[in-house]
Order: sequence, then C-alpha cells, then structure tokens
Amino acid sequence: MIQFLQQLLNGLSLGAIYALIALGYTMVYGVLKFINFAHGDVYMIGAFAGMYITPYVWKILPQGADSSRFSWSTAGGAFAVLALSMAVCAVLGVVIERLVYRPLRERPRLTVLITAIGVSIFLEYFGQYLFGANPKLFPEILPDRVIEGLGDDLILSVNQVVVFAVTLLLLAVLCFIVLKTRIGTAMRALSYNPVAASLMGINNDVVIAFTFGLGSALAAAAAVLNAINYPAYSIDPFMGILPGIKAFVAAVLGGIGSLPGAVVGGLILGVLETMVVGYGSPMYRDAIAFAVLIAILLFKPNGLLGRAEKEKV
Amino acid sequence: MDPKMAGHETEGPRMNPLLEMDRATVEFGGLRAVSELDLTLRQGELVGLIGPNGAGKTTVFNLITGVYQPTSGDIRFEGRSVAGRKPYQITARGVARTFQNIRLFGSLSVFDNVRAAFNIHLHHGISHALWRGPGFDREEREVETMAEELLEIFHLDHLRDAECTALPYGDQRRLEIVRALATRPKLLLLDEPAAGMNPTEKGELMRLIRFTQEKFDLAVLLVEHDMRVVMGICERIAVLDYGVKIAEGAPEAIRNDRKVIEAYLGE
Amino acid sequence: MNRPKTCFLLFVALIAALAPFQSAINPYYFNILISIGINIILGVGLNLVTGYTGQFSLGHAGFMAVGAYLSGSVTVFLAPRWLPALGGGAAGETALFLLALIAGGLGAGLAGLAVGVPSLRLKGDYLAIVTLGFAEIIRVILQNMEIVGGPRGLSIPIRPTGLFGTYLAAALTVYVVVLLVHSTYGRGFLTVRDDEIAAEAMGINSTKYKVIAFVVAAFFAGIAGGLYAHFIQFITPEGFGYLKSVDIVVIVILGGMGNTPGVILAAILLTILPEGLRVMSGWEFLPDAVRGIVKNRMILYSLLLIILMLTRPQGLFSSGGKWTQKWRAMKRRGRA
Repeated sequence: MIQFLQQLLNGLSLGAIYALIALGYTMVYGVLKFINFAHGDVYMIGAFAGMYITPYVWKILPQGADSSRFSWSTAGGAFAVLALSMAVCAVLGVVIERLVYRPLRERPRLTVLITAIGVSIFLEYFGQYLFGANPKLFPEILPDRVIEGLGDDLILSVNQVVVFAVTLLLLAVLCFIVLKTRIGTAMRALSYNPVAASLMGINNDVVIAFTFGLGSALAAAAAVLNAINYPAYSIDPFMGILPGIKAFVAAVLGGIGSLPGAVVGGLILGVLETMVVGYGSPMYRDAIAFAVLIAILLFKPNGLLGRAEKEKV
Repeated sequence: MDPKMAGHETEGPRMNPLLEMDRATVEFGGLRAVSELDLTLRQGELVGLIGPNGAGKTTVFNLITGVYQPTSGDIRFEGRSVAGRKPYQITARGVARTFQNIRLFGSLSVFDNVRAAFNIHLHHGISHALWRGPGFDREEREVETMAEELLEIFHLDHLRDAECTALPYGDQRRLEIVRALATRPKLLLLDEPAAGMNPTEKGELMRLIRFTQEKFDLAVLLVEHDMRVVMGICERIAVLDYGVKIAEGAPEAIRNDRKVIEAYLGE
Repeated sequence: MNRPKTCFLLFVALIAALAPFQSAINPYYFNILISIGINIILGVGLNLVTGYTGQFSLGHAGFMAVGAYLSGSVTVFLAPRWLPALGGGAAGETALFLLALIAGGLGAGLAGLAVGVPSLRLKGDYLAIVTLGFAEIIRVILQNMEIVGGPRGLSIPIRPTGLFGTYLAAALTVYVVVLLVHSTYGRGFLTVRDDEIAAEAMGINSTKYKVIAFVVAAFFAGIAGGLYAHFIQFITPEGFGYLKSVDIVVIVILGGMGNTPGVILAAILLTILPEGLRVMSGWEFLPDAVRGIVKNRMILYSLLLIILMLTRPQGLFSSGGKWTQKWRAMKRRGRA
C-alpha cells in the first residue's frame, strides 16, 4: 500500500510536468488546428535557458552556504530562473510562429506538419551545435529536502510539493487568462470559428502569437520544474523528443483542444508510466505512452473530455 | 415532357421503387437533422428536394450514400437495405452523387477524373496492373474510349488534358456530373448543381439534366435552391424543413402549398 | 505498349553486366552506391504511401527494422545448419540471403498490415504520430528481445549484399510503384489522396487502397532493411529510431510527393550530400562557425525542409505538373 501511494505520488509529480507541456499542444491546436511538433523542443530550450540563466541570477541573489536551510534568496533565485526561462521560450514561440507557421496558415495541413517536423529537427540539431552534444547537469536551483514524519517508507520531498504548488498556480493563472481576460475570450472565439472571430474585430494574428507564447512559456516552466523535481537533472539537445511526444499523448488522451483534458491526460499518463516502471518493466516505460495513444485513438478518438468534430461533406 | 403529364406514366417498369427511405432518421448529439423521412423514387423519375437553408437536404444525400448512418429507420435501394454499407459499396450498387462544394480530384486532369470513376467496373486488379498482359491493355483502352465518349457528350472533350481545378465553375460542375455518370449509376443525386451559375448557364444545366436523365435512363434526385430550375424540370418535389418533410407533390401543388410558403417566408 | 517491362528488363540486364566489376570499385564509393540503392527503395516505397496515397507515415524505419532483424535472424540462426546443406560456397550463401530477404520483406509487410489496418482510419497529424508510435513500440520490443541481442545489437556473419541485389530490389520497387499508379486501378491511390470522400462516392474503397499502399511500402522497407543488415553486418534497435524515419520522409518530400523520378534523385542527392558536407567541413578557409554547421547535416536538412515548405511545397524536382501536362498534350498530338 505504501509502495502504491509512493508510486502515485511520483506519478502525479511526473504527470504535472506532462500536463504543463500538454497544455501548449492543446492551446495551439485549439486556435490553429494543428499539432506543433516542435513543442517538445521548446521544452528543451526552456531547460537550457534555465541552465544558462542560473549563474547570472546567482550573481544577484547569492546562494547560502548551507543548502539545507531555507533562504529567501534561494527561493527568489529559483523563481527568477523559472520566470526568465518562461520569458525566453515565450519569445521563441512567438518568433517561430511569426517566421514559419504564419506564412503557412492557409496551406494544406500536411505542409504545416512537415514544417513543424523541420522546426523540431532544427531546434534539436542547432541546439546540439550551440550547446554541444554531451548531456549537461542542470544546476541545483532549489536544494531538496525530504519531508519527515510521513512514515518510514513514504518519501515526499519539499520540491515535489513546490512543483505541485507552482503547477497549480500556473493553472490558476492560465484559467484566469483564458476565462476572464479579453485575449482569453478571443482565444476561445478563435478556436470555435476563426472567420467569425476575425469578423468580430479580433486580430487573429495577435491571438495566435499570444497563444504560442503562452504555450511555450508553460513548456519552459515544465522544464525548470522538472529540474527542481529531480536532483542531478541532466539535459541534452534531444531531451525534448520523448516528453514532447508523451505530452502530446496526454493532450490526445484528455481530448485535444480541451484545457482541463490536457491536465487530466497528463496526470493519468504520469501515474500510468510510473506504475509500469514500478510494477512492470522499466524497459517498457517509453512504450506505454504509445500504447495508450494507439488505444485511445482507436477506441475514443476524441479523448476523454474532447468534443467531436465531423468533416463537412 | 410536361411535368403534369409525367404523373400519369406510373405503370410498367416504373412500378418497383428504386429508392425507398422508410422513416429514415439521423441524429447528431441529440439534434435531429433528418426526422422520420419517407421518400420514394422510381426508376426514371426526376424528383426535387427543396427546403430552406439548413433543412437537412445535403444530410439526406449523405444518408443515402452512406456518409452518415441512419439512427433509426431504413433506406432501401432496389429493395435491399443500404444501412450499414460503406459509401463505396452503395456507389457500386448504382448510386452516384455530386457535391455541393465541388469535390473533384484536384491533382488529376479532366480526363483522369473521369477515368478514375470507372474503377468499380474494372476486371483488373493489382496483379494485372503489374503484369500488364493483353487483357489489361484492352481494358485500359476500353476505359479510355468510354471516358472520351462521356466527355464528348458533355462537350468537355476539348478540355481533356486540362487541370480540373483550372476549369471555370460551370465546367467543374458539369465534370462532376460526368464523373458521377462514369460509375454507371441508376440513381443520380445532384447537390445544388446550379449554384453559382448565371441564368444562361442555368437554362443550359436544366436541358443537360433532362438530357442526362433520358439518355442514361436514370432516376435523379435534385437538391437545388433555384426555384426556377426545380419547378422547371422536376416531376415531383419534396419539401424539407428542420429535417421534416412538410410537403410532397407536383410543382404546381408545392408552389401553392401554405406550409411551404410559411417555411420559406417564416411565420 | 509493354515499355515499362522492357525498361525494367533492360535495366536488370545492365546491372547484371556491371555487377562482376563491383570488386574493382573503391570500398568508399561502393558504400555510397549501396546506400543510394537502399535509400531509393525506402524513399520510393514511402512515396507510394505519402506521395501517391496522401497518408503521412512517420514510422517507416520501424518496418525497415522488422526486415533487418528478421532477415538477419534467418541468416544468423540458419547459416550454421543450412549453409553446409545448401552446398556451402557462394551459391549456398546467395540462396540463404534470398530466403532471408524474402522473409524480411514478408515479415515487414505483415507488420505493415497489422499497423495499417487500425491506424489508417486516422488522418494527417494523428496518423503521423500513431505510425511513429508503432515504430517506437517495435524498437522497444527489439530492445527487450534477448535472442536478437537486445540493446547490444545483432551481428550478421556474412556480407552478401552487392550492387546487383541492391539495384535489382530498387528497380523492382520503382517498377511496382510506377506501374501500380499508372493504371485505372492505381489511379485509386491518387483519388484517395486528393479527396477521400469523393473517392468513396466514386466507388473506390479508400481503406483497401491505403492498406495496399502501406503493405507494399512496408514490404520494400523490409527488403531494404535486409539488404542493409547484410551490408553493415551489425544492427541495433537504436539505428531504426525516429530520426531514421525522418530521413526517409525528407527524401520523399525533397523529391516531391508523388514524383518517383524526383524521389530517386533526392535519394541520390541526400546520400551524397553528407559526404560532400564532410569534405566541406575540412576546408580550412571557411569560418569555424560555418564549418560547425556544415559538419551537422541535420541542421541543413531541417532548414531545407522548412524553406522548401515555405517556397516550393511540391518538392525540389517537381515542376508542379506543368511538364507532365505538356507531355500528355504532346503524346496526344502524336497519336492523332
């Protein structure tokens, strides 16, 4: 039982990361009806951005010598790294959309898909060129501690709690943006009917760029939170492929285009994957996502919370 | 060819219904797009299906051709149910259609669009296509000849090698009819063939539909917004409103039907 | 009228005549020639699925893996027992190789059927991801199969892949794809690509066409995998990952979807290009940054892909149908 609880806990914190990436897929799908294949690589760039930003942040907010004690400077530093990585990726997302996807907006979906694959490969190999092929260690921006007194076998770390808390905070902010702000309303309008939206005076270009920026920022958040979650986290230019695909699966599982669906799908997938590793064979941990994807697309293609769409004849 | 005369020739080969829609219903997420529709077409009949926008006319076509499956009720073609059949199976039984938003094979030439539609009547398959014995060549030439003949009948032969997407709108609509005929249908469903045409073209189209129906001995079900076209060539007209059939009868009767006028003008 | 068959036989005769001289070729060029042949098979095969039938598959390397592993296993496990029985020597080796290739092709074809039937209901992006998923599953399964070496890979003791075998298989692939597509039967593939709903309305069973395209392409990918395994002599599951699938997709897209000669040219170009780039990266007069980028061919591939999609989505070697149209018109005038 304790072991099950432990797996569940680990699964949920992995799932939170997937959920944050999945939100980017689902939001972009909502407004553009296409799968941004390069999203996983934006996550990768987020990780590298965090790594390179950290030393500069530490110059301003020096880290205490005793890493086991809480200090405001450390927490502030971690928060600054998170915020700055998100900003870098938001800009990256907007730039990619502006340079590559916008000129293709009226083209066949296949053209856009191939381009997205091109962008994905470019980010991976250009990343390799810039950052080097060898894995790099992500700095420990928030030293970890185990929370005592939960019982002998159940391990919960402070950082796991932090990851949950920050994820919830980001979701709350996202909810606010989508439901309460003008731009969020415009996003929703666009996802229902882009033509009608533009006739109602919505500037589709701005909304789509904003959506890309928002989704990319969440991917960066996922990367930094993942680094906080796992001590001695190593990053490399190809690290985005698998989480990217898994988050996509999470988005499809929840119903692509649905924001709550992405969160639910991410959590389910995270737990499922952790369970397979814990009780089955770790060798199959990467295959489980695909098995889920294939099953869901064959039996419930609209996902758990998605709405059905039928081609008009 | 006075439409009033047509009503009298119900004896003989026209006795067996070709298409029977029997309380056919289709629902999309609780919304009834077509509700308990009864509609019968006999061989050689030209029937119009009209109704205000969103009345479910194209949905009826999609039901007959198997794009949608009826939620309840049945659709029979030559006495056999087509419910549960795939669109290509229904086409093979002798139902062909055109599309409201033209759906030609964009990368194929005019000629290839027509040739492709002979597919179901081919005797050759993969092995013949790869081995290319004399039988294969003969059949390919037959298909070519038939496709050329069809294009000639519809005065499209001079455009044979043109890209179909480069054709003027009216020609594209005609090409869709030619392509549908290449499947050798017994029932032809025309979905707003006059849309986007000018009055001259519409007159031409009316002659063309009449001519096609007689030459190929077809039953035709025509969805059309232009009342002049529908009233001018249909023997019988059925009127849909919100998925329900509100009237059916000869053009004169429909023109004066109170319910129909209400549906079009609003209460 | 039987021009294609004659062309095919002439080409086979030509490679048969040239094959005896293959030992005279410098091993470096021999390597490139074989790689070109294998890439032609992969590209032209995938072109039937993606180019002609319009189904975007991102898992072609998975079928190549099935072919490579199956044919490799046939050789590894049967060679000790069968080679003596087949009389040993070159003839026995060739017979075993042929058996291994056919087994690899058929196995991959079956895998294509198993993957294609469920996934071809999906379209576009979804199909791409599901085929990618299937290929990854194949890779993970191979990694867990200890009998074929698991993650450590499989060594194949003999190296019978030669110019004749490779180019015969390549010619066969081109022959099958071209003849399939250029017939009234095969026009079905194109109609499914252009408009699936209209194709069904014309009586064309789109599912059947998609599955046929998928199985044929998978079969040839299996053959290519077998040739590759018996050439490189050491295969690992890692070698057939997502990036290998992307490589094949790039060949098809660069060549122009549904343009077989273009895809052949692209296969040649993309096999030679990395070699050229390697040479370029050795040029000392180039700035270091340029040499760094040149060293990494995938940066250029991806940029090529993006720029191509933005400016020439019909591919590098396609004239957008203008020439085929002129050619058709010329042929007609000639006949009249």
